[in-house]
Amino acid sequence: MTLLVAESVTKRLAEGVTLVSDIDLRVDGGEFVAITGPSGSGKSSLLYLLGLLDRPTSGRVLLEGQDTASLAPPALAALRLARLGFVFQFHFLLPEFSALDNVLIPIRRRGVLKPAEAEARAMSLLGALGLADDARKLPEQLSGGMRQRVAIARALANDPVLLLADEPTGNLDTKNAAAVFDIFARLAQEDGRAVLVVTHDADLAHRATRRVHLVDGRIVSDERG
Amino acid sequence: MRLLLDLARGMLARRRRQTLVSVTGVALGVAFFIAIASLMRGFQTYFIQQVIDVQPHIVIKDETRTPPAQAAELAITDGAVSINGVKPRDRVRGIRASGEKLDILEAMPGVAAAPILTGPALLRYGARDLSVTITGIDPQRYRRVANLEKDMIQGRLEDLRSAANGLIIGSTLAYRLGVQLGDTVIAVSPRGVTLQMKIVGIFHTGLVSLDQTQGYALLKVNQVLQDRSNVVNQILLRLDDVTQAEPLARRIEARFGDRTESWEEQNRNILTVFVIQNAIMYSVTGAILLVAAFGIYNIISTVVFEKTRDIAILKSLGFTEGDIQALFLLQGAIAGLLGAVLGCLLGQAMIEGLAQVRFATETPAGNDRFMLAQDWRIFAVASGFAVVSAGIAAVIPARRAARLDPVQIVRGAA
Ligand SMILES: Nc1ncnc2c1ncn2[C@@H]1O[C@H](COP(=O)(O)OP(=O)(O)OP(=O)(O)O)[C@@H](O)[C@H]1O
Ligand SMILES: [Mg+2]
Repeated sequence: MTLLVAESVTKRLAEGVTLVSDIDLRVDGGEFVAITGPSGSGKSSLLYLLGLLDRPTSGRVLLEGQDTASLAPPALAALRLARLGFVFQFHFLLPEFSALDNVLIPIRRRGVLKPAEAEARAMSLLGALGLADDARKLPEQLSGGMRQRVAIARALANDPVLLLADEPTGNLDTKNAAAVFDIFARLAQEDGRAVLVVTHDADLAHRATRRVHLVDGRIVSDERG
Repeated sequence: MRLLLDLARGMLARRRRQTLVSVTGVALGVAFFIAIASLMRGFQTYFIQQVIDVQPHIVIKDETRTPPAQAAELAITDGAVSINGVKPRDRVRGIRASGEKLDILEAMPGVAAAPILTGPALLRYGARDLSVTITGIDPQRYRRVANLEKDMIQGRLEDLRSAANGLIIGSTLAYRLGVQLGDTVIAVSPRGVTLQMKIVGIFHTGLVSLDQTQGYALLKVNQVLQDRSNVVNQILLRLDDVTQAEPLARRIEARFGDRTESWEEQNRNILTVFVIQNAIMYSVTGAILLVAAFGIYNIISTVVFEKTRDIAILKSLGFTEGDIQALFLLQGAIAGLLGAVLGCLLGQAMIEGLAQVRFATETPAGNDRFMLAQDWRIFAVASGFAVVSAGIAAVIPARRAARLDPVQIVRGAA
């Protein structure tokens, strides 16, 4: 099933800088896509556009068949809350809240689950990422790899169909980075989500089921397997 | 929303010391407001209470508000008539048909009325002459509109009837004349009537002007003394509900045509002073709260500045601009609310401190302390003002936070 479609998506800044141009992309559920490319090639820009954090200057992004170009900011926010999950290079956990509370934030904001169910869900997510014993710790009490796993748990909080990660392993050592990529592979494979990961690391990119290579804001290659 | 509240609390808790400073600022503003307001209000209420206690609530006078139209004006209604040097007509002054008016007034519910005739006289005792104002009263009615009975230090109001020409005078007057209860003085009016009057009572109000120059006699006796038989020149009213004084006075004036003044009109100059006092008080405490509001603005701005990453992540997680704005407005409101609660406690403590103060003065009314109003509305106004101004102070940084572009922040942080 096609989850995400980008149709000739182009993003230009007012100063005339082109971040990405003419991106055509279809991503199905279960796909684990690595986005690669040299520094400054527009990988982050593309991810923000596909993640509905930014709007294209031309072209459109469809999520689960819905055209997002016409949606107002609150509707986009609602989609981000319920259908998308973000992981960034920096973990961006709220420092004054425990790992558990950080994961609970999107669940509580969505407000579908009762408090007890929400907590059970957050705990099971943390448990699945090997953090069951660290749920009550503050971010500053966790290691870099653990924080990034908490951030992944938070991105998965509302069971998104599409997970977007921008160099999530940039601050991690090889062992932790490999672990994170294994998690992504599992998420795509077992739950039928689509996972899009920006990475610099060619070895890690080969763990993905598909590699999209960007140069100067354009897709120059798109290989599977 | 519980979640936003938790987030707001968490963010403020991180900046505990700065939050405390801003909260203290608000608290001081609130406390000062409460202390000053209850001082002012207490004094004003006390003062008005005194006025209402001592003075009749409404005075009907034997004059009209505008001079009666002259014959020339009546004859030529549409012409430009200017009349100079009008001499008053030499009619017997006094409230016309006072008996009927009295009946009408006394039929009104919650109204007590008393007719009086006031006039000047000279009191002579031995070699001493003092000029006084004599008020002719009907004791039965007068006691219902005035406090004279309470102020009597010797004799009683009824004693006016026991002697042929009884007279009640103020304590200072008695002292200066050198008279005592039972002595007989000679009263001479401007019309040349001379009466022998017996002192049957002495009163002391504490108000120099009354104690020194007032005398009370029976209405009939004063009518003889003033050579104005059957004339009444004022009707005094006392109401069960003082707040009705002004509207009732207007109705009576419209009906009778006699100039009718409520206690509010008679004390308008002082009441105006109160309005100015209140304006000064509100601006001073308003200024304090303004400074406090800057403190709130400062802390919320700082939090927004420090929390740009958190704002970006919340937005990427699906929080709307409205959520973010509410989050920071809430922080302002929390700081304002904490300040208000603290300020109320502090204000209460200040009031209790002020209540202990004693002045070493000997004022006639016997008030040697601050008159303090204990009114929950003062606390409510102060708290409401604090929370609202804190909220307003948070609006600008909150809007800035709401408009932050997560993409730029995430880029900047990477
Ligand atoms: N606000 C901006 N103003 C000017 N240029 C910008 C702005 N944002 C991005 N760029 C430029 O656009 C290009 C694409 O940026 P982007 O961050 O998408 O690249 P990237 O592939 O993610 O690079 P990196 O691997 O270093 O993260 C870069 O050359 C960057 O300098
Ligand atoms: Mg990038």
